[in-house]
Amino acid sequence: MDLNKATFWGYKRENGRIGVRNHVVILPVDDLSNAAAEAVANNIKGALALPHPYGRLQFGADLDLHFRTLIGTGANPNVAAVVVICIEEGWAKKVADGIAATGKPVAYFGIEQHGDHDTIMRASRKAKEFVQWASELRREERPLRDLWVSTKCGESDTTSGCGANPTVGNAFDKLYPHGTTLVFGETTELTGGEHLVAARCRTEEVRKKFQFMFDRYQALVDRHKTSDLSESQPTKGNIEGGLTTIEEKALGNIQKIGRQCLIDGVLDKAEEPTGPGLWFMDSSSAAAEMVTLCAAAGFVVHFFPTGQGNVIGNPILPVIKLCANPRTVRTMSEHIDVDVSGLLRREMSPDQAGDALLENMFRTANGRLTAAEALGHREFVLTRLYESA
Amino acid sequence: MIHFVVHDENDSVGVVVVEGVKAGDTLTGWIMDQDREITFKAAGDIPIGHKLAIKPLAQGDTVIKYGTDIGRVVAPVGLGEHAHVHNIKTKRW
Repeated sequence: MDLNKATFWGYKRENGRIGVRNHVVILPVDDLSNAAAEAVANNIKGALALPHPYGRLQFGADLDLHFRTLIGTGANPNVAAVVVICIEEGWAKKVADGIAATGKPVAYFGIEQHGDHDTIMRASRKAKEFVQWASELRREERPLRDLWVSTKCGESDTTSGCGANPTVGNAFDKLYPHGTTLVFGETTELTGGEHLVAARCRTEEVRKKFQFMFDRYQALVDRHKTSDLSESQPTKGNIEGGLTTIEEKALGNIQKIGRQCLIDGVLDKAEEPTGPGLWFMDSSSAAAEMVTLCAAAGFVVHFFPTGQGNVIGNPILPVIKLCANPRTVRTMSEHIDVDVSGLLRREMSPDQAGDALLENMFRTANGRLTAAEALGHREFVLTRLYESA
Repeated sequence: MIHFVVHDENDSVGVVVVEGVKAGDTLTGWIMDQDREITFKAAGDIPIGHKLAIKPLAQGDTVIKYGTDIGRVVAPVGLGEHAHVHNIKTKRW
């Protein structure tokens, strides 16, 4: 596929970033505000509530990550405008101010001293205004370099490592020279292949930062483990699919970063990249947590290879699923966007598989709903670092 | 027809990519990195996605896949036998 003149149609946001979806988000800062947020989204057609179970009595780095994830989600260019709701007005304003730095329309509401009814009424008026405003925004043609693409695999099996993951790697190798912004993560799922990732870092400084993040996560596993993590990492589903050890899973996982592109930088969880290239983000390997962190870091399209058939989606980030396991493609066809099972029959070359994924990526960026979007998968899962105070 | 794939010719295991492999079946394997084919006899029933040993593995041996260490052998695995959690364990954690 010749990508030299490749373009896609996206929404240009106030800060210059390009989105491929046009959501108006109703964002609760805490668990207590879910009911009001969902009521507003129910009142106003086209508004999207993002309920979640956290946000109370968090502190330190865990609270920083909470705010960074919420602000990043609202700031994502797939989001046109945001209504923030919190039990306390102060934290509603904090999140709203963070999102407003992008220049997009944001309003915030505190429930205390008002109650749900009054909050829902005032927030619904604002949400209606935002939805009608957003509905008149138009897509424009943009160069490929404006597209930010993330990847994370899930319910992997051995076919992931020889089919679906190398397909992502092939696509990443093709996207990288065109100035796109790319990310991978899943820190524990590099265990056994971390030396291969370290060797792909562009500079010694990047390599050191990667090694620090990797060692930090290993120390966490060592601190809490009660076994060799059998049935957690690899998961029961991975084992059912034929993956035996974390090393085998990791070596399959690493196929997603291709063979040529170098790692240009390292990000903490939900941190936004500062330039184009391939980034490593320290993250959990749990699918919904990692994809939520990618969305919060500003990525607008996601490649999700699966083997045994993970069904994940995200509320604001279109998740494109690809699979090389012929049994999964047959039994779970409604979840699979790109079938690359021909790779394992030698009927499809890695190059053809990569092109098939890129073709689906352009269609998705231009507006085609992914399987996960059509099926209503909106997993929004915040990463916690430790207990609340 | 391809029944199993091998990433690299130095690997000790291959991955079955078709359903219904039974003991005694003659299997065609594709070594992807070197792009050549090999044949093997399945020494047991092996589900899709699971591995068969293409090198004999003794207890304590290192298992190689992708040309890299993926764990240690904890029970011997004969040629064409099912290689999985009952005879291979992680070296980490």
